[in-house]
Amino acid sequence: MPERVMFTMGDIACAEGALSAGCRYLGGYPITPATEIAEWMSIRMPQVGGAYVQYEDEIAAITSVIGASWTGVKSMTATSGPGVSLMLEAIGLAVMTETPLVIVNIMRGGPSTGQPTRGQQGDIMQAKWGSHGDYQIIALTPASVQEMFDQTVQAFNLSEKYRTPVFVLADETVGHMRERLVIPDEKDLKLEYRKTPTVDPKDYLPFKADDDLVPPMALFGSKYQFYATGLTHDERGYPSDKENVQIELVTRLQNKILHNADKIIDVERIELDDAKIGVIAYGTPSRSAKKAIKDARNEGIKAGLLRLKTVWPFPEKQVAQLASEVDHIIVAEQNLGQVYHMVKAVAAPTPVHLMAKPAGMPQLPHEILTKLRDVNSM
Amino acid sequence: MSRYEVRIGGFGGQGVVTMAVVAGETASLYDKKFVVQTQSYGPEARGGASKSEIVISDEEIDFPKVQAPDVFVVLSRAAYLEYVNGLKDDGILIIDEDLVKIESDIPKTMKVYKIPATRIADKEVGSKQATNVVMLGAFAVITKVLSIEGLKARIEEKWPRFVKSNMLALELGMKAGEEALAKTA
Repeated sequence: MPERVMFTMGDIACAEGALSAGCRYLGGYPITPATEIAEWMSIRMPQVGGAYVQYEDEIAAITSVIGASWTGVKSMTATSGPGVSLMLEAIGLAVMTETPLVIVNIMRGGPSTGQPTRGQQGDIMQAKWGSHGDYQIIALTPASVQEMFDQTVQAFNLSEKYRTPVFVLADETVGHMRERLVIPDEKDLKLEYRKTPTVDPKDYLPFKADDDLVPPMALFGSKYQFYATGLTHDERGYPSDKENVQIELVTRLQNKILHNADKIIDVERIELDDAKIGVIAYGTPSRSAKKAIKDARNEGIKAGLLRLKTVWPFPEKQVAQLASEVDHIIVAEQNLGQVYHMVKAVAAPTPVHLMAKPAGMPQLPHEILTKLRDVNSM
Repeated sequence: MSRYEVRIGGFGGQGVVTMAVVAGETASLYDKKFVVQTQSYGPEARGGASKSEIVISDEEIDFPKVQAPDVFVVLSRAAYLEYVNGLKDDGILIIDEDLVKIESDIPKTMKVYKIPATRIADKEVGSKQATNVVMLGAFAVITKVLSIEGLKARIEEKWPRFVKSNMLALELGMKAGEEALAKTA
């Protein structure tokens, strides 16, 4: 399809991004503020030969997504924090079985049912630590309608390349705001597809990784016979209670993400070259921060912004570099401090100041400007 | 045009969000401006407080929400009471005069335009559902931030089944806007 221009919502841009990435299955259970993704997909999926299925709950929805992905169809779900809470067990299963899939979380106020129509960024740590056991996850944080499209495409690419669940973590404001969206011509999109095995079926080891630590993935119904389980398994896929098998598997699952962190992580550096104060933000608060640093510079305060487009794996190198460049770091996020703790651990001894806001309206530009003035006079 | 902020307030069901969406689509797709449209509403389908906002600019828009609107379009008393103080001192206040009264002291520099949008939609278009299109016509004439041809094209494209009634609503809204402008001048 040739290039298209729309004035549309972040949620819809996300759905279109998924379709452009080749996603042909969404298993879901509608929830504010992600409902528009389900609504849009229920119309669009049949038009492109895909399927949208609404389940009885989020547990069934995410489990169906795992199954769909194993048939070779790029698959996703879209929900909000309460839905992710229900999906966590199956997200662990997807990690352990190395199933490529995308989970969109349009973040609303929590805990529990919280404030359905108001945004927040309270699910950053949930995305990383929600399911049990040691594992790594990839989570992207778009800040505009265009990025909802672009980063959903990226989420599918990363999920296919590294055989892992990938989160798109957008705050409600990004999900529900409308802006101009340019959907590129499909031939201009670079899409990734999972590796499939080429060996003779009798030699196939379903969980034997290549040098990049990712095993080729056979599909349900193909000529390859295999077993996929949430139990710790060896290269054959057989359950094992041996210590070395456990250590090898969880270490590989961790390293296939961490060893590729440089290729996965995406940040934007704005006005940082001569900055004395660095603001770190993502999603909607990063747009407040962009305005605040512009105003601060007009007053002679050398401020800059490190905008995180990836929060997991955490951009440790980029934050450490910032810490070595500036005298102070301010973290502005729409919660009581989640990324803040990661920044503090990496940035020490550079002082890190938290601007927390656990509510629907993000930090306003003038509030961040005031904080910049305070920190500048320290 | 530097950053121009519009806030629309009313009840769920009056078309408050749709009005902002159509204005945003026109400014973005036809007038080629940078536009961000946002909204806030409660969990109710109808009847709860509803607010929508648009930021229009010739430059890329950083902060997406309205802070001090240049224009406030009001379709309910509750929205008037909650947001009237946020309007810029020299801002434009457009009210549906059958639903909203000026019941507080407002700065003398503020310009007030009274548009009986719901009455026009009900009596002259034949459907209260056209209230927001009437208001859009008045808004476009009073503020001049949207091109009329863009607005017409957008409405035609968006609701092909209701072109006739919507064009009537838009024309009547524009006329009401011109009359309101003449009264203030």
